[in-house]
Amino acid sequence: MTDNGTQLSCQQLVELVTDYLEGELDPAREGALDAHLELCDGCEAYVEQMRQTVIALRSLGDGEEISAQTRQAVLDAFVKARPAG
Amino acid sequence: MPQPADEAALLAALRSGDRDAFEKLVDDLSPGLLRVAMQHTPSRAVAEEVVQDTWIAVINGIDRFEGRSSLRTWIYRILLNIARTRGKRERRTLPFSYFRRRAEEGGDEAAVEPERFQGRGGEQPGGWARPPIEWAAPEDRLATAEARQVMLEAIAALPPRQREVITMRDLQGLTAEEARNALDVSETNQRVLLHRARSKVREALERYYDEEALV
Repeated sequence: MTDNGTQLSCQQLVELVTDYLEGELDPAREGALDAHLELCDGCEAYVEQMRQTVIALRSLGDGEEISAQTRQAVLDAFVKARPAG
Repeated sequence: MPQPADEAALLAALRSGDRDAFEKLVDDLSPGLLRVAMQHTPSRAVAEEVVQDTWIAVINGIDRFEGRSSLRTWIYRILLNIARTRGKRERRTLPFSYFRRRAEEGGDEAAVEPERFQGRGGEQPGGWARPPIEWAAPEDRLATAEARQVMLEAIAALPPRQREVITMRDLQGLTAEEARNALDVSETNQRVLLHRARSKVREALERYYDEEALV
């Protein structure tokens, strides 16, 4: 893909991918990006990799727990500071 | 900011001393808080203390919370304040400089190394010289312990602001607005930081795939 006038080059496209995935591109740019993706396997693979990266990052966020001791200390502090009723 | 009805109900429950509501909030948010705290502190033990101090501050401050941001944003802000103060105390801080800040925000970094694109003399200037190759079975291969390690290392190597944004947005699922309010950065800046961070993690995963392909 070349960079002539309104068309996006691949090098320009990769800088717009987060805005694109976040739905923050203006309609004209989003249209240009979609048009580019139709024709460019490299950029299609790139955008897909960014999508996969975000999905993988989400699963990375699971499973880090505070200790039972810390949890209990916090709950006790709540009950002490705010007796119910 | 208008509060959603369930947030107003949660606040009322917390203020009236509803232990179950507080317990649920602690269980929902603590993993994310711990992760952010660990990025600012030298050890897990200190990070736990930071989370504990955060919840104590929440308990003591809940009556003063005005609802101008979401409850979650407010709690993250408290955590960041405590974590940064603790982190500073426990390790030597580097002097602030404009250039360091710029580098952290990544305003002039490229998402992909320029060498991977064709130069001006190329057939298609700005087009791929070395295009990315579709990842095979990403659902399986990105879930392996090895791939997780690759991502964790890539995140650990990020400048602090980028690391905070990607942790909040992608690992913990905060909205763009919650993250930018918690970190006190502009909407544009939040997206730039997220873009740089995600680009680097993608690059690390691409290297991981490439190395595996050689085996």
